[in-house]
Amino acid sequence: MSAEPMNTKPVLNLFSGDLKVVNLGLEGFAETLAGRGVPTVQVDWKPPAGGRKDVIEALDAIARNPRVARANAEALSRILAGKPTLVGIGTALDTVPGMARDLILHAGPPVAWKDMAGPLRGAVIGGLLYEGLASTPEEAQSLAASGKIRFEPCHHHSAVGPMAGVMTASMPVWIVENQAFGNKAYCTLNEGLGKVLRYGAYSQEVLDRLRWMAGRLAPILAGALALRGPIDMKSLIAQVLQMGDEGHNRNRAGTSLVIRELAPYLALLDEPKEDVSKVFAFLNGNDHFFLNLTMPAAKCTVDAALGIEASSVIATMARNGTEFGIRVSGLGERWFTGPASVVEGLYLPGFSAADAARDVGDSVITETSGIGGFAMAAAPAIVKFVGGTPEDALNVTRRMYEITVGENDAYRIPALDFRGTPTGIDVCKVVETGILPAINTGIAHKEPGIGMVGAGLVKPPANCFMDAVLAFAEKYGE
Amino acid sequence: MKLLRVRKDSYHDSVFLMLATQELKSAGGVTEAVVAMGTDMNRDLLSGMGFGGPDLDGSGPNDLLVAVEAADAAKAEAAAAKALELVDRKKTAAAVAGSGLSRVGSLEAALGKIPDANLAVISLPGAYAAREARKALDRGLHVMLFSDNVPLEEEIALKRHAAAKGLLVMGPDCGTAVVNGQPLCFANVVRRGSVGVAAASGTGLQEVTCLIDRYGAGISQAVGTGGRDLKNAAVGGRTMLLAIAALAEDPSTSVIAVISKPPAPDTARAVLDALARSGKPCVVHLLGLRDPAMLGKPASNVHLASDLEDCSRRAAALARGESYRPVEWDLPEAEIDRIVDRESAGFAPAQKHLRGLYTGGTLADEALFLLQPLLGSVWSNNQTDPALVPPDPQVSVGHTIVDLGDDVFTVGRPHPMIDPSTRTDRLDKEAEDPSVAVLLLDLVLGYGSHPDPAGALAPHLEAARAKAASRGGRLSVVASVTGTPADFQGLEDQRRKLEAAGAVVLPSNRQAARLAARILQKGAVR
Repeated sequence: MSAEPMNTKPVLNLFSGDLKVVNLGLEGFAETLAGRGVPTVQVDWKPPAGGRKDVIEALDAIARNPRVARANAEALSRILAGKPTLVGIGTALDTVPGMARDLILHAGPPVAWKDMAGPLRGAVIGGLLYEGLASTPEEAQSLAASGKIRFEPCHHHSAVGPMAGVMTASMPVWIVENQAFGNKAYCTLNEGLGKVLRYGAYSQEVLDRLRWMAGRLAPILAGALALRGPIDMKSLIAQVLQMGDEGHNRNRAGTSLVIRELAPYLALLDEPKEDVSKVFAFLNGNDHFFLNLTMPAAKCTVDAALGIEASSVIATMARNGTEFGIRVSGLGERWFTGPASVVEGLYLPGFSAADAARDVGDSVITETSGIGGFAMAAAPAIVKFVGGTPEDALNVTRRMYEITVGENDAYRIPALDFRGTPTGIDVCKVVETGILPAINTGIAHKEPGIGMVGAGLVKPPANCFMDAVLAFAEKYGE
Repeated sequence: MKLLRVRKDSYHDSVFLMLATQELKSAGGVTEAVVAMGTDMNRDLLSGMGFGGPDLDGSGPNDLLVAVEAADAAKAEAAAAKALELVDRKKTAAAVAGSGLSRVGSLEAALGKIPDANLAVISLPGAYAAREARKALDRGLHVMLFSDNVPLEEEIALKRHAAAKGLLVMGPDCGTAVVNGQPLCFANVVRRGSVGVAAASGTGLQEVTCLIDRYGAGISQAVGTGGRDLKNAAVGGRTMLLAIAALAEDPSTSVIAVISKPPAPDTARAVLDALARSGKPCVVHLLGLRDPAMLGKPASNVHLASDLEDCSRRAAALARGESYRPVEWDLPEAEIDRIVDRESAGFAPAQKHLRGLYTGGTLADEALFLLQPLLGSVWSNNQTDPALVPPDPQVSVGHTIVDLGDDVFTVGRPHPMIDPSTRTDRLDKEAEDPSVAVLLLDLVLGYGSHPDPAGALAPHLEAARAKAASRGGRLSVVASVTGTPADFQGLEDQRRKLEAAGAVVLPSNRQAARLAARILQKGAVR
């Protein structure tokens, strides 16, 4: 054995400095050190990738590619650079790219009619009735099954839809433009709670409301907006996070802000007073009105980060009620899916978990962009969903920093000393740590036509993240 | 009635689950119980025990499995509920007790909390430990790898990687170290001082650091290397050589002590060369080295010690600037004679054998090496001579030294230093053997060890002595306690508890083994 000189400096530094320890495994070791005043952090370790050897090897192969970290930094910088701006309201057919009379857009990854869950089926039926393509629910069902109607994800058309997410040709849509990159996103207007299309309801009351929204609400709002000029959504979302909203399950502050922004211009419109008053009453009566603005804002923001070579940042998460799916920046348009989960939540009076449909909706685009469940710490009013105490809510957000590339520079949380929200979910970190994205959501009734029964938290299926890591390693592993 | 409960995504470390299993097995009406994570191995085990089915097939390594076989369904349900309660209680206790301890989900997040962390202590299942160790090294942390079952190739790769960065990899299978006065994993609270220790032996390091403390010197650093570091030529003592090079340059270290089982010959030479180059006075003890001549003539600053106590005495004397003088007994010779007379009186004619029940592997080895020349054939699961390995590790033959930390005894059970029942079960068995005259025991104190090992042993010792008396004989019990007055179990308190249970307690393992041999020899003469 040769006597080559050894680099002893790091060991001498250890011997002469203060011991600072990271403990992985037996907690007793950490407790001993912490009890003796040694700065110690305990890692609540779990086998990475659920112990799957092939996935662990994939993670290691990805870790060996230095391009991935750079690409993820680029993805984060694009998300942070986003400038979502509400620019107007249009009709889906004229506005949404690729929209057609025989096309129904829906939430989540692609799904065929035969595989659709109750709420989505209900919303499709309602959409066909609304468009006059069928005159009875039965007729609508046979038309949906006939193959004459095409079904595609909103996400394939720069759009997003809450819950069932059904968008048809003549529906009015919000137009939000990411002015940093020029891309746009679209979303229907929020109908309110209870029996509504997005929860799979299609009764006359539902259809009447949709017609009023297209005939009166949308033109009046569009008129006000035209007078007001574009609204900076990023600034509004930054504000609502400091007013107790997290941007997904609580939208009370956001809805209030929108009313404030539009009120002076609504008053100027040459419209019947009763109609304008009804518009105000509708906005005021629907806390979630702002969600359908937050969603396209988030969509056009993260869309700018889709398709970056070698980036493992998750650019899309969405559910169609049957499957939960994600898309990863560096893998482009490809979906990775797993079975949609049952939501753990709180139920409206008269309903229970037995009534719940599986997880559904594109609203998880909010979490994808770093708000929603990721900003839970901002919303003390809804901590009941996460355990009941504000501390629980803080912990939800804190955990999410472990799976994100960075922190938001605009969306900040007062209770965390105005720390930016965790932003840019790295699929590798999700699989490595076993920490799944925290997702807030509403709960639809499993039968079509009934509507919302509660709200809560959803745990996405782990396998879609692992499948994405395997595919990512195949393309980018070294 | 067999019952399997699966709790998804609920990871717990195995030592805790093994303790829960033990507690569950002692519940009324429970014939079999396993609380474990759903690893491939555990699922195979449960499937073999008849717990197979879709629940078991659908589980993974992140899922907690509770399998119970009980007299009836109600008892099985109750036991399963109790197991989950035990698991939850631990979580709650950890949440309360750990309020001062930050907790995160990953190494990376931990480094967000303490960006200047300098040591990762890793006690994860072997299959994952090396991977986390590599990540820690990549982030510039030294690593203490407590885990065993890390493949040899992984160890070599890790140590190569570490050497390039000048980082220490203590382990794998490194149970103890003292860095900057802080005891790590299983370690004692020892005085700080100027002896730097590097040891490829866990309880050897504990015994030597405690004895150095006892002899009035102290420890600058005590680095563990893991057993394979020197023994395996391909590992080549990488950790040991880096530790020696650093201790040589460390201004707080004036004496270097090295402890190991006999290394691979090339590695032994490299270690001795490194010690010679250090220019500092060095003491080396190679356990069970039969032929010191193989080492050649050591340099003038390197002293060979004959046992752990001798190594400690030499190092302490050098550190204190005193001249070294060998000591046979701490007690006066006449007092030893009196003890031998007393302890050897009253053996029944059948009482001929010594049984050493050890929790410390190195201490067991030392006893074996010391006793063999004195007693002739000594059987042991640690024997290098395969002819003297008992065919059934659970059954003693003639004079036997049992290393109860051996894998054969720890499957599904925590190490006997944590869970005394492995040893007390064996002790109860030995008590039934009329040929046993002398019991030889170690007791290892310090962090990580059981809070009251003497208290756990005492009733079993008393029962064994009563059994021997009822057969018309007398059982002699000789023990040593490895620990310091600063250890949380209390050195004095533990010693007194053993003495109250009828044991003779000596200050070192060497003296205990020697005394046990003398008692046996004297008894045989009578």
